[in-house]
Amino acid sequence: MKIKIIIFLIILNLNVVNAETSLVDSNKIFKNLRCLVCQGQSVGDSNSEFAQTIKLVVRDQIKEGKTEKEIYEFLIEKYGDWIVYKPPLNKVNFVLWLFPYLVFVAGGTIIFLFLKKRDNH
Amino acid sequence: MLSNIGNTLLSLNILIGISIIYFSFKNLNNSKTLIGKKIYHLCLFQSTFIIICFLTLVSAFIVSDFSIITVYQNSHSLKPFLYKISGTWGNHEGSLLLWAIILTIFSFFFLFYNKYHPKNYRIYSLIIQNILILGFLFFLLFNSNPFSMVSPTPKEGLGLNPILQDPALAIHPPLLYVGFVGSSIYFSAAMASLITNYSGKLFAQSIKNWVLISWSFQTLGILAGSIWAYYELGWGGFWFWDPVENASLLPWFAMSALLHSLIVLEKRNLLYFWVIILCLLTFILSVTGTFLVRSGILNSVHTFANDPSRGLYILIFLSLMIFASVLLFFSKFKNNSYNLNSNSKETFILINNWFMIFYLITVLLGTVYPIFTEVLTDHKVSVGPPFYNAVIIPIVVIFLFFMSVGPRIKWIKNKFYNLNLLFKILIASIFINFFIIYLFQGYSLMSNFIIISALFLVFASLMDLYKSLKKQNIELPRVISHLAFGFLILFIGLNYNFSIEKDFNLKVGEKKVFENYSIEFQNLKLEDFKNYKAVIGEFNISKSDENLNQSLYPEIRIYEKPSTITYEASIRSDLLKDYYITMSNIDRSEYYNIKFQKKPFMMWIWISVIFISLGGFLRFFKNAKKYY
Amino acid sequence: MQKNIIKLSIISLIIFIIGVFFIGLNKSSIYDTKDLVGQKITNIQLDHFSENRIITGEDLKKNNFTLINFWASWCAPCRDEHAMLLKLNNDEKNLKILGVNFKDKKNNALKFLKDLGDPYDDIARDEFGKYSINFGIYGIPESILINKDLIIIKKFIGPISKDDYNFIKQIVRKQ
Repeated sequence: MKIKIIIFLIILNLNVVNAETSLVDSNKIFKNLRCLVCQGQSVGDSNSEFAQTIKLVVRDQIKEGKTEKEIYEFLIEKYGDWIVYKPPLNKVNFVLWLFPYLVFVAGGTIIFLFLKKRDNH
Repeated sequence: MLSNIGNTLLSLNILIGISIIYFSFKNLNNSKTLIGKKIYHLCLFQSTFIIICFLTLVSAFIVSDFSIITVYQNSHSLKPFLYKISGTWGNHEGSLLLWAIILTIFSFFFLFYNKYHPKNYRIYSLIIQNILILGFLFFLLFNSNPFSMVSPTPKEGLGLNPILQDPALAIHPPLLYVGFVGSSIYFSAAMASLITNYSGKLFAQSIKNWVLISWSFQTLGILAGSIWAYYELGWGGFWFWDPVENASLLPWFAMSALLHSLIVLEKRNLLYFWVIILCLLTFILSVTGTFLVRSGILNSVHTFANDPSRGLYILIFLSLMIFASVLLFFSKFKNNSYNLNSNSKETFILINNWFMIFYLITVLLGTVYPIFTEVLTDHKVSVGPPFYNAVIIPIVVIFLFFMSVGPRIKWIKNKFYNLNLLFKILIASIFINFFIIYLFQGYSLMSNFIIISALFLVFASLMDLYKSLKKQNIELPRVISHLAFGFLILFIGLNYNFSIEKDFNLKVGEKKVFENYSIEFQNLKLEDFKNYKAVIGEFNISKSDENLNQSLYPEIRIYEKPSTITYEASIRSDLLKDYYITMSNIDRSEYYNIKFQKKPFMMWIWISVIFISLGGFLRFFKNAKKYY
Repeated sequence: MQKNIIKLSIISLIIFIIGVFFIGLNKSSIYDTKDLVGQKITNIQLDHFSENRIITGEDLKKNNFTLINFWASWCAPCRDEHAMLLKLNNDEKNLKILGVNFKDKKNNALKFLKDLGDPYDDIARDEFGKYSINFGIYGIPESILINKDLIIIKKFIGPISKDDYNFIKQIVRKQ
């Protein structure tokens, strides 16, 4: 039985590799950028002058062969962290990225301790 | 005139609230076992008056009485009748009045329907609920009075923001408010339970239905907001992790956790203090959400006119509530001994709560984090969809597996797992996932896991459904909600992976061809309507390998009152997919920016959510038959 | 004892959060550019408006101070600041003004300058607005004051006001 699962997972993984080697997706990048002149909209969702210019620049940079990460870094340098919806992991944002997992681990530990206490009785 | 009636009724309700509190305390000290008739009558008056007060405002909107500022700012005499009415709660002041109504009516019903519970517990609940009511009435009367006058009386109103003139948004606030304002009643009940030491099974029974009803309505309210965003905002998405959406999601997580642990309290008399924490937390989160949305502290799509004094008032109210509940909780908290077996339903419900709290903390942290960085480090950050997706989605996979197994486990101590069956379901899920990839296209590793786990939950629940229909003592409401949740995640996963989205510029007569699609911008015309002008585009979508030929008509609308431009998406939905086109003008150019999307299974996402809440309503009616 | 510590820390956490909310109420939630001050602008490349050449960072390093002003003929607030720019150009010998014509038609731009006067020591052209991104521009008019080392001293969002004018004068004359 278990062997079957492993075979399936290998087949799956082959497909996954296929899916992930595709090109840089401009729509995805637009969605991850905040339109600075709008109220809570992404560049992808907005059609403001600013969003249109950003779209042009991002498309150009994709053509130049820049990776997604390089494009974000370029825009952060020009506009600050405010422009990306995924805050980079740095000394200001580490609480944001780590705290949820901390809560997750702590919650698991608390439940585990409850059960262990009981099992020892 | 209407303004005077409204103000009088508000003041009268404050007096009634104070006297209810006064008579309740008096009633506590006498030895009678029944609650005095007087209190019932006062509560009845209180509810009646607040409803009349609300109807006064509604009629002011219907007759377009522009001497009232709220009406003047949010209505217009030419506005369609439905939106005149919904305009009542489409603004800050009117929606606060809706808050007050729900607080009051829930207070009355809770008193009325809980006759078999001890007097002191009921009276303390009433007192605390009335303190909340008073807090909001003072806020209404002195800070955000919906009946304030403007002089001289304007001839015409400024009109309601056209993007708010939508049926889904008309019902969105009432649904949502029954949900999270309704949670106030178990906040009060939890406080009363701590004060009077009324705990255990009976306490659980007294609040169970209130949790169910608020949870079901909250679910529907979130859905209505989501549908509105999909149709009206023209972005083609249905969930943006905007602070406003998060504010409605936070109490939902807390309610869902409460809904489950309440079963443990009722069946096994365990987790009392945890249930109390969740009761208190739900309403505290509701008020926090209100604070975040209305104070203008966050940058969001929502535009309540900003006024710092409002934020300050809600913040003070919130702090008092938090401190009162935390201090009371500390003074009553005892360390109980727990009696849990690792292989029991109780444990699985705790696991549900563990995940819910994780989601809650993640969303809460993401929502308020920009405030913290701004205040503490003077640094602005944005937290949006990619953050939530990255943190939450992997955990959802594990959650779905627990969710599939949990309900099949017995109370106290489960004898054995039916591992063989689960294994078969898993194999089937993986197989189907493989099939989807094979037939359509591959997707990322994480999507694989999401689809597999969602399928796993769907199959496990389908089996339960089958048993339940054969009357094997399995709870139908639960099965419906869980099954629908499995489908929801499945459809979201498929929708996410198989959506097609194209963003391009066209002018009239041009054609865009990509993959198998061809989209032709055929025509553009200008039309005059009653309260707006519209630029309407005609687009033809065809597909080379299918017999597809659809015309879509997105619009750009120019409203006069208030002067706004909106972009109306044109959507063709059927059971399997939606085609979605929005068009917007590019300044100083004859080109238009076109956004074309194909979104599979949109309809099923909405239907799944309706069924999730349907489970809640079914359970509610079942309980109501049993206990009342 | 241990319990009290837990209680105390929970209460201080709540006070901390409420305190942050309280201060946050008075902060603006709109984008601002204060983080960009002190940054060096790299990779400057602009097409010259009329000549067939490219303006680069090297050109700007020759000036003690440069005010890079983004403008267009279709932009109404740009008219409001025009007088200030003319005055700066006249009075301040330490300051060069580089105008960047933003998403504009060449003829309209020329007419604009003919009607209102030309305050620019040099003009570049950004036909599609692409180069403006490199300067962190998000709406016009916007101006950036930089020094010899291409370090941003200040960004001005919207038209240059009387106060901005005085600020620039003060900075430029300190040298």
